[in-house]
Amino acid sequence: MAAIETEDLSKDFLVGFWRPRPYRALDRLTLSVGEGEVFGFLGPNGAGKSTTLKLLMQLLYPTGGTARILGRPVGDRSVKQRTGFLPENPYFYDHLTAEELLSYFARLFGLRGADARRRVSSVLDDVGIGSERRLRLRQYSKGMIQRVGLAQALLNEPDVVFLDEPMSGLDPLGRRHVRQIMLRLRDRGCTVFFSSHILSDAEALCSRVAILAQGRLVASGHLSEILAFELRGWELVVSHLSDEARAAIAPRVRSITALARGRFTIELPAEESPDRFLHELGSRGAQVVSLNPLRETLEDYFVQSVGAAESRQTGL
Amino acid sequence: MRSIALVAQAVFKESVRDRVPYSMVAFAVLIIAASYLISQLTAGQDMKILKDLGLAAIAVFGLLIAVFIGINLVSKEVERRSVFAVLAKPLSRSQFILGKYFGLALTLVVNLSVMTLAFYAVLLYVDLTTDALLKAAWPAPALDPRLVIAVVLIVAELMLVTAIALFFSTFSSPLLSALLTLGVWVAGHFNADLRNFEAVLDVRPVALLARAVYYLLPNLAPFNIRAEVVHGVPVPASQVALTLAYAAVYITILLLGAIAVFRRRDFK
Ligand SMILES: Nc1ncnc2c1ncn2[C@@H]1O[C@H](COP(=O)(O)OP(=O)(O)OP(=O)(O)O)[C@@H](O)[C@H]1O
Ligand SMILES: [Mg+2]
Repeated sequence: MAAIETEDLSKDFLVGFWRPRPYRALDRLTLSVGEGEVFGFLGPNGAGKSTTLKLLMQLLYPTGGTARILGRPVGDRSVKQRTGFLPENPYFYDHLTAEELLSYFARLFGLRGADARRRVSSVLDDVGIGSERRLRLRQYSKGMIQRVGLAQALLNEPDVVFLDEPMSGLDPLGRRHVRQIMLRLRDRGCTVFFSSHILSDAEALCSRVAILAQGRLVASGHLSEILAFELRGWELVVSHLSDEARAAIAPRVRSITALARGRFTIELPAEESPDRFLHELGSRGAQVVSLNPLRETLEDYFVQSVGAAESRQTGL
Repeated sequence: MRSIALVAQAVFKESVRDRVPYSMVAFAVLIIAASYLISQLTAGQDMKILKDLGLAAIAVFGLLIAVFIGINLVSKEVERRSVFAVLAKPLSRSQFILGKYFGLALTLVVNLSVMTLAFYAVLLYVDLTTDALLKAAWPAPALDPRLVIAVVLIVAELMLVTAIALFFSTFSSPLLSALLTLGVWVAGHFNADLRNFEAVLDVRPVALLARAVYYLLPNLAPFNIRAEVVHGVPVPASQVALTLAYAAVYITILLLGAIAVFRRRDFK
């Protein structure tokens, strides 16, 4: 059984005040996410990611199509009992403390007394909210609120979690922390469905991704299929590159970019043998700082597929 | 049931932490105390003026609390999107609405009880410091238990007003809900004028419209028995009971309406 399944899921918003016209924010999305998968839901701003998540949480009603979670229709009480949701830029009640908010939510999940207290303190520990948990949320920073949002999504030890931009507003440590939490969830067998703009995170975490642009699914699949890990070239950083050496190699390289402190980045095409090149540069007095292979990244793939979708749209 | 109680409890907790209701209660208590000073300036009338002002302060500040927290209940929650995380929990939208309503009702009862206690404290003080000769002229004793009936009807009216605020706030912005609610409150108190609109302007369609509005809007005038209580005029128990039943029916209809709207709506 698929953890998340949508079929031709569509949503129109009415836009315009005087003569409302439907605007298609999500167009016939058909998607299936298996149990235990970490699924990255990617796409540029306004692609329809949050709209999809809200449809899955039944915060919006679809214009067409269906969505099921754990084999049941969305909005079903038993489904809600087993899912967690982190909204985009979450906001909670100003006058409650993080502890009070979470204990309220824990009790909505049916936890009671000491069980609820234990669970609340353990999720707050997990997301790195320390003694601040006794402060009112009004006094929290954006990143702290984001952590509280993540904590409330994990309260019920969900089987499926939906995270709308979980990394947004977090510092580098916080991001690493969230990545670790997501990996722990995966190891526990939890299905994680998250939207993100940070492709390196998706690359590090996901088994599968889908890319959405202008409300349409433009690509989806296993990362290993999408990214052939094909060599695209080499990136070489050198110092002490004389002007004539630079002129000599210029026709054979893709680009030469000056860095700070007299260093240069040289991009070589895949066909060029780096050994010969290094040898030649050495004989001209240059010193090699580093050499790295360039492979196709998710970012390249993202730019390609979104770009292709946009040019189809504009008819170019 | 448990979910409704949990939501209500959270509403109550949030509003207890909010400074606004406190300041309203403080203001009301201040006015009740000040009315004692005013009543000292007017010979003979003091007890009536004191009671009149005290009950009016309770009614007005109660209204402000009801409207202020009432609009925060749902429309602000939708506007600020705190509703997203809550509705993702195992809780239906109707339970959410009912929980919000009962939480506010509880807040109102607690706030009005505090004001009423302060009111009785002032009355007790006046009672103890006035000599028996003057007291004989009072139409009702200072610590008249019927004042509680007047307050109960004020509470019932405010619960109705809250249901109105809740209904509006399921589909409109916080500011608009507040204005609409205050509008209905004002119209509800001058309802009788609508009924006899022909007497003011004898144009048939206008009179019919006024009549329709009369039947649609809540009639809030019967909830105000302050003058009768202050002047010691009897108020039949059946009238009070009928008014309370009217409030219950009207509130039920409004809550059902609020639930029907809220269940269908999209949260953007
Ligand atoms: N309430 C609304 N009324 C009209 N249009 C809307 C509404 N909400 C969203 N949209 C439109 O739907 C489209 C998808 O929005 P959505 O919020 O799902 O994007 P997103 O992929 O989450 O973007 P981001 O990465 O910026 O969060 C956008 O073009 C947006 O303008
Ligand atoms: Mg979004």
